[in-house]
Amino acid sequence: MKPTTSPFRFMSPRQMGYSFNWVGRIGLAVIVFWALVAIFGPMLQPYSPGEIVDWDYFGPMTHQYLLGTDYLGRDVLSRILMGARYTVGIALVSVFLACAGGVVLGMVAAVIGGWFDMILSRLLDAFNGIPSLLFGLVVVAAVGSSIPVLVMTLAAIYLPGAYRFARALAVNVNTMDFVTVARARGEKTPYLILREIFPNILGPVLADLGLRFVFIVLVLSGLSFLGLGVQPPYADWGALVRENIGALSFGAPAIIFPSVAIASLTISVNMFIDNLPTKIRDRS
Amino acid sequence: MLLSYSTSILVLQRLAIALLTLVIVSFAVFFATELLPGDVAQILLGQAATPEAVAGLREAMGLNQPAFLRFLGWLAGLLHGDFGISYVNNMPVADLIGDRLVNSLRLAGVTTLVSVPVSLCLGIGAAMWRGSLFDRIVTVLTISVISVPEFMVATLAVLIFAVWLGWLPALSYGADVSSFSAMLKAYAMPVISLSFVVCAQMIRMTRAAVIDTINTPYVEMALLKGARRSRMVLRHALPNALGPIANAIALSLSYLVGGVIIVETIFNYPGVAKLMVDAVATRDLPLIQSCAMIFCVSYLSLITLADLMAILSNPRLRK
Repeated sequence: MKPTTSPFRFMSPRQMGYSFNWVGRIGLAVIVFWALVAIFGPMLQPYSPGEIVDWDYFGPMTHQYLLGTDYLGRDVLSRILMGARYTVGIALVSVFLACAGGVVLGMVAAVIGGWFDMILSRLLDAFNGIPSLLFGLVVVAAVGSSIPVLVMTLAAIYLPGAYRFARALAVNVNTMDFVTVARARGEKTPYLILREIFPNILGPVLADLGLRFVFIVLVLSGLSFLGLGVQPPYADWGALVRENIGALSFGAPAIIFPSVAIASLTISVNMFIDNLPTKIRDRS
Repeated sequence: MLLSYSTSILVLQRLAIALLTLVIVSFAVFFATELLPGDVAQILLGQAATPEAVAGLREAMGLNQPAFLRFLGWLAGLLHGDFGISYVNNMPVADLIGDRLVNSLRLAGVTTLVSVPVSLCLGIGAAMWRGSLFDRIVTVLTISVISVPEFMVATLAVLIFAVWLGWLPALSYGADVSSFSAMLKAYAMPVISLSFVVCAQMIRMTRAAVIDTINTPYVEMALLKGARRSRMVLRHALPNALGPIANAIALSLSYLVGGVIIVETIFNYPGVAKLMVDAVATRDLPLIQSCAMIFCVSYLSLITLADLMAILSNPRLRK
């Protein structure tokens, strides 16, 4: 007897079909492109990202240096390919941590309810009262910047939001008949959370994960831009913009292309999420 | 408008929550910066750090007290306007912040004055002619501004207005603001960049608020009666959307807090945010704490204000 298979089968993406419109498809294509770059980037880069290849700084786009050279005469294309790993990687890990933590806590709070729910909600709401960039600044000032610190900080910043979202969804599902039936059957809390609630909030949670990914990329780039994110000799896209800020008055490609990289990633994730089939997005 | 019993209860509740949040936030700020590896007294003394001197300074600064007591002392100091002494240049933090705060508030104020009317017009317009070319352009523009980092908006603004068009100086702030036009030029770039960020949020929320009201049956009735589109929106829908719109304005102004940090850094604008970013570089903890509290308090008050407006504008709670 497996009554829970039916909501789960209903959720499976294969059955709903990927009926994206063309805007969503373009978004997906750009996301896949950057994911591939993040994985295979080091194989594609024409020069070593740390190597000074050109005596001129802020060089123009030529056949030799496709996207020009930066303030030390390094190849911008190679550095953007390298930066993809940091930006996409750090953001992905943090968003998974934030959403996993938030969703688990949210579901537990919704199912258990009572004091546990109230105290947890109040506490996490209070953390929503700290502006995200500011929180990052304070933590980095205190602990110093390294990649694990960045990941944990970004995850901590966005966990309360993920919690609030998941809790709201789970509270709705929790009142439905099939959950009441499962309770009456004598199922325990872990079973309720895993088999009854989770499959039914998965779609919106995934959409929320995408949006949160965008926010994390923005805050990470902002921190790196302030010189508090990824530290040299490594650089993510925000750090690339920072180190080439001197190119601003020349309008050189060294500052334009890292910015374009960030924008293309965040805008395409937004486009993709906005155009998800409504069945995935609004199950609640 | 007299507040009914239930409204005042709600308002008081919301204020109490804001106060509680503020305590938790100050707790977080204090302990994030205070429980550091490394001894403050040792760092301050540097070369002269003999064990006796360190012990003496620790005693003098009260570092031997339990952290919680120091937290209470710090909080009490904040309430009395005593922000502590900067580690780096031994000046009272309040003196360092004073002028800077005025500068930042001026920037925020000018930005608010510019962006509120612009976004109200664009947001209401987009909602009025929903689905039209105008609406679609506005929507695409706001989504693109929202999904790129603040520093990119500022960078683009510099590229367009300073580099390509050559209208404004790229790095703005000269201390001597002699004439009106000079002042206009000095403020233009930071205000433009900041306005873009804030406007995008505000337009989106305003549009959503008005569309929510337009979708109600009574507005549809006005349409069926044959009212013109502009009359339907301005006369019938708008008065009821005022509450949500005010809520949206306060909420989007809270984006100023994040935006101001980036924009002041880029344009080298002498405000609190620039002070704080510099303090982070020198690890000047009392200064960081005070700046962080200033930002948190302004952020919290804007959010609380937004919620209060939502409560007060709900006619169902009125007597």
